Amino acid sequence: MSALTRLTLVEARDGLRARQFSARELTAAHLDAMAAARSLNAFVTETPEHALAQAAASDARLARGEGGALDGVPLAIKDLFCTKDILTTACSRILDGFIPPYESTVTAKLWDAGAVMLGKTSLDEFAMGSSNATSCYGPVENPWRRRGDNRPLVPGGSSGGSAAAVAARLALGATGTDTGGSIRQPASFCGVVGMKPTYGRCSRWGVIAFASSLDHPGPITRTVRDAALMLQTMAGHDPKDATSAPISVPDFAASLTGDIRGLRIGIPQEYRVDGMPHEIEALWRRGVEWIRDAGAEPVEISLPMTKYALATYYIIAPAEASSNLARYDGVRFGLRVPGDSLDAMYENTRAAGFGAEVKRRILIGTYVLSAGYYDAYYVRAQKIRTLIARDFQEAFTRCDAILTPTTPSPAFALGEKQDDPITMYLNDVFTVPADLAGLPAISVPAGLSDDGLPLGLHVIGRAFDEETMFRVAGAIESAAAFTAEPQR
Amino acid sequence: MALDKTIVARIATLARIKVPDRDLESLAGELTQIMTWIEQLNEVDVTDVEPMTSVVHQTMPMRADKVTDGGDRDAILKNAPQAARGFFAVPKVVE
Repeated sequence: MSALTRLTLVEARDGLRARQFSARELTAAHLDAMAAARSLNAFVTETPEHALAQAAASDARLARGEGGALDGVPLAIKDLFCTKDILTTACSRILDGFIPPYESTVTAKLWDAGAVMLGKTSLDEFAMGSSNATSCYGPVENPWRRRGDNRPLVPGGSSGGSAAAVAARLALGATGTDTGGSIRQPASFCGVVGMKPTYGRCSRWGVIAFASSLDHPGPITRTVRDAALMLQTMAGHDPKDATSAPISVPDFAASLTGDIRGLRIGIPQEYRVDGMPHEIEALWRRGVEWIRDAGAEPVEISLPMTKYALATYYIIAPAEASSNLARYDGVRFGLRVPGDSLDAMYENTRAAGFGAEVKRRILIGTYVLSAGYYDAYYVRAQKIRTLIARDFQEAFTRCDAILTPTTPSPAFALGEKQDDPITMYLNDVFTVPADLAGLPAISVPAGLSDDGLPLGLHVIGRAFDEETMFRVAGAIESAAAFTAEPQR
Repeated sequence: MALDKTIVARIATLARIKVPDRDLESLAGELTQIMTWIEQLNEVDVTDVEPMTSVVHQTMPMRADKVTDGGDRDAILKNAPQAARGFFAVPKVVE
């Protein structure tokens, strides 16, 4: 393994600016690492020529002293972000062969800042899943293994390819999207940092839509500071996304002072769910001790609607998905399966193009939006969503950030937890509420399970207060001093 | 709420997804399981609660009514499974 793949994103940026190594060398080291780790199946499209050309352009800019914020830094991009002239599939057969004629706003900002694209990473089909097992390109392997057990584990999902790539040091950072936990849960499973900002902080333009009121683009990195740096470039108002927040972006890295003295950190009693493994409970307790030792004050808070968050999510997200995914009809892009009539062509195309989980969610969404059920299911869920957001508003009158575990378990083996859809949905029990409320949240690797797998702690902040969230996350990162590395 | 084969077939038609008859039974079982789990939301008192329609409080932005983009017909048609004479082509819908 090259020393260049062991750098953090911030170290790499500084090394490039100091001309200690070239962007081409840094990119080539990561392309070599990708080639050596193809068995992980983290990337669905590798773009080595594109990467080396971008790196050469970076070197020219850096030589002139004109480097951007991320100049020469090699990144992986979740295959949900449209990339101009480069295959973009959402890991669905229905987008077979789709070459976007445009670039997503978030990736355009990254390239404008000089970043280098290594390739597109795998995800659960249309970002619907928690194991990366529903990708049409096959499952991704988590670079971590249980101690004394060689069975491959899932990387989590839906941003599983991105999290696995960052954990295996195939990229210095990666983009993800989080609708119910799809950045934070795989980050926790792979022992890396994953954060989603406030809804509206990062533009959704050019990100293939799953559930528009819940989709949050965000970074996956190996350190909190790297996440702050990457978000700095990804964030900002975009007139092309009507829900993009027209407010200025603060200096996120400047918030990483390490000083959390006097902050009140909410510990929600409702997150102590029945049957929570003792190792998760113990990790959470340790997290509370760390923040207390750092001078912050843990306060008990109550989020009474927490128990309804998942069921609420499983109405709202499928409802929005059924509407968003109506565009895949075999007419304008992707797969077409012929039929005797236009309707038959639609039905055949969508039957062949969508996988089982996507179909299930489209059908649920269609059902809850259909005449006679709309008020009973969809409107009721939207009202409960209001109550969930209100819980957080009330909690934040008593605290400055909230600390919870990220997931109710460490990574599991492929095929486990697949007895029924709901068992899989329970993975997101701690992450879904922050999506429903649109709040910034981050997972930080904080310890190992009994069998040697990474576990994350989760910090939720106030809306548009990523700075306090980062500050607390940074303190937890320092206290945890997580240095364990995956076996592959 | 139990979903039977008839309801599933109707939803599948609304969603324009062809579901073979042999799959209706198992799909009805899966969807029933999910909808039964969702029934827990009926415990919540939602009297006088406004449904959330916007996650972040903001008014929808207005913009000037002018053309800012477009003229990309050929680039867009490149992804069409079938195109003819500058249009998307579909199976015949009018006799």
